[in-house]
Amino acid sequence: MSISKEEIMHIAELSDLKISDNEIEKYKKDISEILKLANEVNNVNTDGMDETIGANQKCNAFRKDEVKNSNKREILMQNAPSKEDGMFKIPKMSL
Amino acid sequence: MEIVDLTVHELAEKLEAKELTSEEITKAYFNRIKEIDPKVRAYISTLEDDAINKAKQIDVARNKGEKLPKYAGIPIGIKDNICIKGTKTTCSSKMLENFVSPYDATVIEKLNEEKLVYLGKLNMDEFAMGSSTENSAFFNTHNPWDLSRVPGGSSGGSAAAVASNIAPWALGSDTGGSIRQPSSLCGTVGLKPTYGLVSRYGLVAFASSLDQIGPITKDVTDSAILLSIISGHDEKDSTSDNNPSKDYTKSLINDVKGMRIGIPKEYIGEGINEEVKKAILDVAKKYEELGATVEECSFEAGNYALSAYYIIADAEASSNLGRFDGIRYGYRTSKIESLDDIYVNSRSEGFGQEVKRRILLGTYVLSSGYYDAYYKKAQKVRTVIKKAFDELFEKYDLLLAPTSPTTAFKIGEKTENPVEMYLADICTIPVNMAGLPGMNVPCTLDSQGLPIGFQLIGKAFDEETIIRAAYTYEQNSNFRESKPSFKGGKA
Amino acid sequence: MLRDDYEMIVGLEVHCELSTKTKLFCSCLNEFGGEPNTHCCPVCMAMPGALPVINEKAIEYAVKAGLATNCSIEKNSKNDRKNYFYPDNPRSYQISQFDKPLCYEGFVNIDTEDGEKTIRIERIHIEDDAGKLNHDDFGRGSFVDLNRAGVPLIEVVSKPDMRSPEEAEKYIRKLKSIFEYIEISDCKMQEGSLRADVNVSVRKKGDTKLGTRTEMKNMSSFRSIVRAIEYEAERQVEELEKGNTIKQETLRWDDISGRTFSMRSKENADDYRYFPEPDLVSIKLSDEYIENVRNSLPELPESRRKRYLGEYGLTEKAANFVTSSKYYSNLFEDSIKICNNPKSVGNMIMSDIARIVNEREEEPEDIKFTGKELGELISLIDNGTISSAIAKKVLEELFIEVKMPSTIIKEKGWIQISDEGAIKEIVMRILENNPQSIADFKAGKDRALGFLVGQAMKETKGKANPKMLNEMFLEELKK
Ligand SMILES: [Mg+2]
Ligand SMILES: [Zn+2]
Repeated sequence: MSISKEEIMHIAELSDLKISDNEIEKYKKDISEILKLANEVNNVNTDGMDETIGANQKCNAFRKDEVKNSNKREILMQNAPSKEDGMFKIPKMSL
Repeated sequence: MEIVDLTVHELAEKLEAKELTSEEITKAYFNRIKEIDPKVRAYISTLEDDAINKAKQIDVARNKGEKLPKYAGIPIGIKDNICIKGTKTTCSSKMLENFVSPYDATVIEKLNEEKLVYLGKLNMDEFAMGSSTENSAFFNTHNPWDLSRVPGGSSGGSAAAVASNIAPWALGSDTGGSIRQPSSLCGTVGLKPTYGLVSRYGLVAFASSLDQIGPITKDVTDSAILLSIISGHDEKDSTSDNNPSKDYTKSLINDVKGMRIGIPKEYIGEGINEEVKKAILDVAKKYEELGATVEECSFEAGNYALSAYYIIADAEASSNLGRFDGIRYGYRTSKIESLDDIYVNSRSEGFGQEVKRRILLGTYVLSSGYYDAYYKKAQKVRTVIKKAFDELFEKYDLLLAPTSPTTAFKIGEKTENPVEMYLADICTIPVNMAGLPGMNVPCTLDSQGLPIGFQLIGKAFDEETIIRAAYTYEQNSNFRESKPSFKGGKA
Repeated sequence: MLRDDYEMIVGLEVHCELSTKTKLFCSCLNEFGGEPNTHCCPVCMAMPGALPVINEKAIEYAVKAGLATNCSIEKNSKNDRKNYFYPDNPRSYQISQFDKPLCYEGFVNIDTEDGEKTIRIERIHIEDDAGKLNHDDFGRGSFVDLNRAGVPLIEVVSKPDMRSPEEAEKYIRKLKSIFEYIEISDCKMQEGSLRADVNVSVRKKGDTKLGTRTEMKNMSSFRSIVRAIEYEAERQVEELEKGNTIKQETLRWDDISGRTFSMRSKENADDYRYFPEPDLVSIKLSDEYIENVRNSLPELPESRRKRYLGEYGLTEKAANFVTSSKYYSNLFEDSIKICNNPKSVGNMIMSDIARIVNEREEEPEDIKFTGKELGELISLIDNGTISSAIAKKVLEELFIEVKMPSTIIKEKGWIQISDEGAIKEIVMRILENNPQSIADFKAGKDRALGFLVGQAMKETKGKANPKMLNEMFLEELKK
């Protein structure tokens, strides 16, 4: 199964990634090959099988509604590439 | 014996007997790092000042007769996708090159309670995606048994460090084999615990339903010790198991009499290197000599694990890596004309090729029109794999298999062909898909002097049986007498 | 008004913030406002490695909402990721629910001119709120505050059962009232804790197929919702009449210009790639749990309404109105404990109080005084201390400052004149000054009596007891 250039561009857009013209062929080839591998799932008979959701059978992992927070804003925001007035700064959004 | 040759349980005895201090041990490691790491390149960052200060404090406390945890003052290396508050956690990515974690992972809190000393953060494939550590955005790590070869991956830095005696033990993470496969290639003991046994809180996520943190150690005893320290319920991880924690050192018993071991024939068939195959059969023979019964069995479902794995792991990864948007932390592009540029340029420049490839694939299999054919189908295949394991474990206590289909390959050998690289995990992936525990135990060297390891796979939450069988093998063999040669220049 | 040959079809997705103490997936404070990014932790800031853990109260509140709106409760539920990039969405995925919402297939009833109407609810699911974006006026940038990120929401999705903006407003008011009664949300539209996505389509009357719909997201006032639906339905009819087709799209309602605008969104970017959230485990609710939640529900408006009609003898209109809001209903119940005059309290809420609330452009929850004050006010009328005219003035005062009505009338000197001597004096004076009215009355013009009473009230600034005035004037005139 091979993937078209248009499909690559579409999933790149969904992923917020940019693929330059000289990369596209390589991605096309690699992803087509990985999809060929992925398609082997279709050789498995899964009639009557449920989907595995999550890796274990646990359920109801709940937390009590109690406030617990000792986080300092300075520390939480120490990695921000741009900040102002205690907020993360980004370019002006067009509304 | 030099300090760095000692296992952790040996170091602990010497600390207790006051034959060594934590400072001496820690300094011995940093001296060794300075000598060896330029060849191996396992560390992304070292924490020498902090480590020596902490070691000194622990020595003072010990001298005062304070009650200390058993392994207080022992150094450890940490894979660079596990958060330590106030230090860099890069995931070997340009995206997080300067990211300082604002919090401790739960496993780090547990190591802090034990008063371990951090040597530094260890190299890996970017965001743990890879099997050779060649996907690190910073540099390759070299296999200490042959520097022209890869250490495996993604926890290649952790395995190479322990094998090179530049860390007495280390933490790695395993999503599709990332603890066991590099352990096999470097000759270390690597344990991927049952999904849910060790908290994932603070482990930078690759694939949430598959990731597990685990120990990489010189021997099985150290593995049991480290697992006892890091395992246990964590209320911060919803997928964490609720059972009380165990002391796994109780399973260090030199006896496998009556144990039933199965060898899935698919694991020693096509695609597995002949020397590896022979080594596994030798191990089987050994177990029989030691009183276990070993029997060939069939595990057909395992053939489809790889394809289902790449669908599920990449789907989860494509979503998990969405948070790297250049807004709150991480790499931000300098090419900004609009908000969109922050996202698209930061992500395109900050992620490496393999990561982008997987995000694209993961996005594809989740996208409208493809979800059922790929993701949903793969989740059903996962159920098939689980059921097949369940059936095998009705008959056997353990499964025996190779960990890696080959010994360490040359740096650059597989980088051009992603699918060929993916096959490096063919023996380890089914275990992650079913959430089971698996351990690599080194057994011998191949004709080129490269380590071969075998894999023991157990029932969910039955690490005890794995540890017992691995320990028994170790006590009745002599792999630890072989030492890496650091031969071979850089490729 | 929409052309007669068309009808509009309206469906709503109502988002309601739950008033839990903490956020949905972390232990940070769930509270409106606060210094930016101070109700935050690694989880709600989506730091690498941080993981969500569900707040059990949020599940309970969502189940309450479902039970109070006649929904079935999903016993085997789960969470799903909805993937999209936006600066207020720090994980780049919202943790929502896709195919197994906590509650499904419910309904509420609304009152319309043609009687009671049932609006079906398709589902209620739980999800987390996004952060807040602030934009400065100088175009220097936009600013992200994540205090709201992770606040628990329920999304109530209706069937397309509404046929007018008024029905849409009534439906939202009904939900708001129910959620207030069961105390799962403060439902403050001005603070964004109640918002709606509005879906509108039109079709020729008699058609059974639904037309193409457009969506307006994040509407947070009744006025804009009503105006937007009206505008959008008319716009669609106009387009269709011109022979154009309606494009399925998301529109932005602009309150100032009073029209909708097409939102230029990234093409193809509306594929949310839902999949089960692997960081969370499934939610399994037992019959026992659901029954316990059901038993914990307070008396709902429907039951109160019946009680008001039967036990207190309110009119249908008054009972409907008073129970339309928890705040009115509680005010009513608290007041009658003091004055024991349900009819008067009901009427005062429905007429004077509602009018003042409206004039002030407020909502019932903004009323500061309680049943203590209102009950006394009614008692003061009933025992003749003040006239109902004065009561209205006292009420106005209560909206400005909460004080006991007895204090207000004392301070303002509004106590009713019920002293027979004093009234007599006034009556005599008014009669003396209005001989023409006496003549009119004697000539059979009853209106003259009203005029005289009015004059007396004017003179006493409304303080004279109107009943006594009436009687005394009659007595004198008949002499
Ligand atoms: Mg929603
Ligand atoms: Zn938080």
